[in-house]
Amino acid sequence: MKKVGVLSLQGDFAAHGAALQRAGAEPVYVRHADELAGLDGLVIPGGESTTMLKLLRYDGLMEPLAEFARRKPVFGTCAGAILMATEVSAPAQESLGLMDMAVERNGYGRQVDSRVTSIKPEPDFERRTAPGKLEAVFIRAPIIRRVGAGARILARYGGDPVLVEQGPHLAATFHPELSADLRVHRLFLEKL
Amino acid sequence: MFDFTSETFRVKVGLAEMLKGGVIMDVTNAEQAKIAEDAGASAVMALERVPSDIRKDGGVARMANIGIIEKIMHEVNIPVMAKARIGHFMEARILEALGVDFIDESEVLTPADEEHHIAKSDYKVPFVCGARNLGEALRRIAEGAAMIRTKGEAGSGNIVEAVRHIRTIVKEMKQLTVLGKEELVHQAKELQAPLELVEWVAAHGKLPTPNFSAGGIATPADAALVMQLGAEAVFVGSGIFKSSDPSARAVAIVQAAKNFDNPEKLLEASRALGEAMPGLDIAKLPEGELMQTRGW
Repeated sequence: MKKVGVLSLQGDFAAHGAALQRAGAEPVYVRHADELAGLDGLVIPGGESTTMLKLLRYDGLMEPLAEFARRKPVFGTCAGAILMATEVSAPAQESLGLMDMAVERNGYGRQVDSRVTSIKPEPDFERRTAPGKLEAVFIRAPIIRRVGAGARILARYGGDPVLVEQGPHLAATFHPELSADLRVHRLFLEKL
Repeated sequence: MFDFTSETFRVKVGLAEMLKGGVIMDVTNAEQAKIAEDAGASAVMALERVPSDIRKDGGVARMANIGIIEKIMHEVNIPVMAKARIGHFMEARILEALGVDFIDESEVLTPADEEHHIAKSDYKVPFVCGARNLGEALRRIAEGAAMIRTKGEAGSGNIVEAVRHIRTIVKEMKQLTVLGKEELVHQAKELQAPLELVEWVAAHGKLPTPNFSAGGIATPADAALVMQLGAEAVFVGSGIFKSSDPSARAVAIVQAAKNFDNPEKLLEASRALGEAMPGLDIAKLPEGELMQTRGW
């Protein structure tokens, strides 16, 4: 069984742990650098990206995470996707820079603009997982404004990319961990 | 029927999930909001006076001045919450129109209705409500609350009531998990809560919404204590901006919420903090000055 870390500084790490378990992996809640040893991959959950960033700095986790990402796949949702991007705006903030993309924080608005919607994933996603629409839970979600040449867009909403893959890494601006559909988590597990 | 799968309930609880493991701080102006955000707060609660000042000043405590809330919303990028009086559904509608991210139907303000809480499922904006026990928590969830927090005793700087409330809620949940079907019917009557919610808690051993703690948290150790007892995040009201060094205390409590089971890290967070807010002996407070007995 694959052992997948879930960065558990703040946010919906418990929901990711439950989703990983349902998808057939063993979740390991990671709060310290030494807990990264022996993991096959890492999930950076949703939450508040500024809070996570402060805690990453307080605990000296930035470099150990960047180092882990050079060896193993990382999957980020919402705040996790913000932390993985090379470029963050509204406002600009530091990030791990694991994926060449530009992300605008709270790009879809405040909580009153949060929603559950159904999107048609790209054929590539359906071919690699299973056919059918994808439920997307957006909560004060960021918008991906640009992706680098090496990125593969696996789903869009209103024209903007919402699920992006680049090399070993995967990022979603919505929360697959809050839906019953496990295809996004399974896709990540396939990459490990 | 309570619909756990409705989109609005899921989106509201979804934001509450995002706040787990974090610290929600009371702020009364944009400068304080910025200090909170810079320290790593996961959200701020915008209000006109912190609970200890409400307690001191007396009079009627209402929803905060809209101008103050707007300035705070403009200042920070983290979620902004604001308080409405218990039962004051028009304050709540105004806060919803303003676009705050969460409304706290709060006993810290003077109740507007002595019988009815707000019908919270009718709103697009999520609500958090205080509770002292499981029955109260489930009644609030039945009305549409997407997050529960202990009431504790706001503005007291004394953790004893928050401890009592989180222990009570956790114990009552544990007890439900070992009961049979007919016993749950009896418990629903005892708790004065809908049977379907009682059955849900019995099956899952937890609330259908996140369960946070508030009311008297003043130190990193207080935050870690309620997290150890089962709270999934903490609210700090007067504890930060009534202390001698708010910025350092805010950082320390954020670190404590994350490292709640690590005494070495807590020791580190507890160093060089300056003076905590002054505390009150709740046993010596007259009954009429208690905030936790507001709401039902």
